[in-house]
Amino acid sequence: MREIRLADYAEAAGPEVIEQIRALARPLAGKSVVHVNSTRVGGGVAEILARLVPLMQDLGIRTSWEVMEGTPEFFAATKSFHNGLQGNAVVIQRGLLEAYEETNRRNSIALQGTLQDADFVFIHDPQPAALIRHVTGRRGKWLWRCHIDVSRPHRPTWKYVREIVRHYDASVFSLSTFAQPLPHPQYLIAPSIDPLSEKNVALEQEEIDMTAGSFGIDPRRPLVLQVSRFDRFKDHVGVIRAYRMVRPHAPIQLALAGGTADDDPEGAEVLDEVRAEAADDPDIHILELPPDAHRVINALQRRADLVVQKSLREGFGLTVTEAMWKRKPVIGGETGGILLQVVNDHTGFLVSTPEGAALRIRYLLSRPGMVARMGEKARRFVRENFLLTRHLREYLTMMVGLHYGANESVEIH
Amino acid sequence: MPAPFKIVDCALTILSLGRSAQNLRELRDHLASVPAQSLSHHFYDSLLRPAFDDPEYRNDFALWARRQLHDALLAERLGVIDPMDYPDLEQLRQQLVDVVEDRLSEANEVPQAARGKEFHFLKSQFVILETGASATTIGELAEIIPKLSTGSIFHHVIETRRRQPGRPDDFSGWLEAWGAPSAPIRERLQAVDYHLWSLSELREQIALAFDPLGKGVEP
Repeated sequence: MREIRLADYAEAAGPEVIEQIRALARPLAGKSVVHVNSTRVGGGVAEILARLVPLMQDLGIRTSWEVMEGTPEFFAATKSFHNGLQGNAVVIQRGLLEAYEETNRRNSIALQGTLQDADFVFIHDPQPAALIRHVTGRRGKWLWRCHIDVSRPHRPTWKYVREIVRHYDASVFSLSTFAQPLPHPQYLIAPSIDPLSEKNVALEQEEIDMTAGSFGIDPRRPLVLQVSRFDRFKDHVGVIRAYRMVRPHAPIQLALAGGTADDDPEGAEVLDEVRAEAADDPDIHILELPPDAHRVINALQRRADLVVQKSLREGFGLTVTEAMWKRKPVIGGETGGILLQVVNDHTGFLVSTPEGAALRIRYLLSRPGMVARMGEKARRFVRENFLLTRHLREYLTMMVGLHYGANESVEIH
Repeated sequence: MPAPFKIVDCALTILSLGRSAQNLRELRDHLASVPAQSLSHHFYDSLLRPAFDDPEYRNDFALWARRQLHDALLAERLGVIDPMDYPDLEQLRQQLVDVVEDRLSEANEVPQAARGKEFHFLKSQFVILETGASATTIGELAEIIPKLSTGSIFHHVIETRRRQPGRPDDFSGWLEAWGAPSAPIRERLQAVDYHLWSLSELREQIALAFDPLGKGVEP
């Protein structure tokens, strides 16, 4: 694939946006930035970094992306952190916590030189958070970038994580409701989608039809789609229940398309639960897709008549943004980052129950004109607020602010 | 001939203050004590924040009163507050506290938001950038305006007037130096109600003030 350059985004975001980003990056030219997370593929963080890192490089910022290596015990521990931070009461055995600490210590040895010298270190989520304890002689600013909905965490889990992340120079959360009492500045930066990625580029109708056809989706009947990892917080079972409530009224099909990620050990178990709930209904398509099936997901989102994201907790919900970019209204769970994107009666509907989702599916299916109007609004809303260029601009603004140690404003001449 | 109009841009990041209000009494207490920078964020800077446009209310306090406290009366009283009417943020703060206290004295119960719907106090950090672009004539400026970033619009209109209440926006200020020929444009700019528009809408309004018929402006 051709290397992505910032200039390529002028058409989607506007040329003035590109100029602004270049001006912001000038004081950071030659600085070094390292991003660290725990998976190269699968999930929103990896998708963002795959695009953000080349763009930062294109701006003359020496940017690299490191992925830490972990054992199954390590990932079991961090999945429990994830569940606990999103509010589930979890008990994490001492042995798993030791695996977490040991994995961070071991990775810190390999990364010591890179992290010690970097001007900015972005540590994504709890998995690599404890690296800060082991990297000595840190020269730059260390930022903990939390992508998780920590609005109401399980307190013992948060206390454990807080003891680690309080040592950072700053935190970055996606929403104001996620910010927690910490002894350092807490920036609020929403995630984004890349309009030029395989997941979001425009597709020919033929490719959309062929992709949907290859999964046995009937081209003559409406399709309701949810795209998300097989994770209990995504409430696939609730979506199936909503589908069953709609079926007596409309001949819909349901597709539940989910990827897996290297750092999520619970995916297979949840997938089994979803299959059991679907039983042998031929109109429920459970699609287990590889983590790089971006074009397939793109085609399914474009084929869908309605997109659902009925999460019970959601850090942001990039699949919501993706669907809105494709002019689809979204029926989303009233939680986390979905609240920032789905605006009732404008870009979709917020729901709290399978019943609510069923009602809104029926409502929208019977109003194609409204679906089209909402879809246009959703597209414009994403263009103005949730594209990668805005995300990049906010990271650069934050870095400039941290670099100059500013409180309220920095002037660059 | 006046000095060239230098285009300045600005970008914003948002920080949490770590303070939130669950009910109207807590909102009053925080309003009385948060840094003025936070009041400024919730009145002005929210224009640059990723959010769905809601022209009904242009400040976060009114929106919260309407959406989370479900208090339409309070929302209207807060929503009509135009920060430009106050010579400084402390007087704006006093007005806010007065409106909230008046409502508390009227209400039988303290209006309360549901859990998870608290008001979170925020503040902004700006980076202000000289873009290197400039206009030497009115015609050149008219051509540039539709291409300006929302950050530039914010800086030259909102930020300028916030720093020095009573002062016109940068465009009007520069046009004054051109004397009588620029008077019609200045009059049209003066008629734009800055309190009611999003930044992209404001850009359109300003562009229209320069060139109402879309025929181009003589240099």
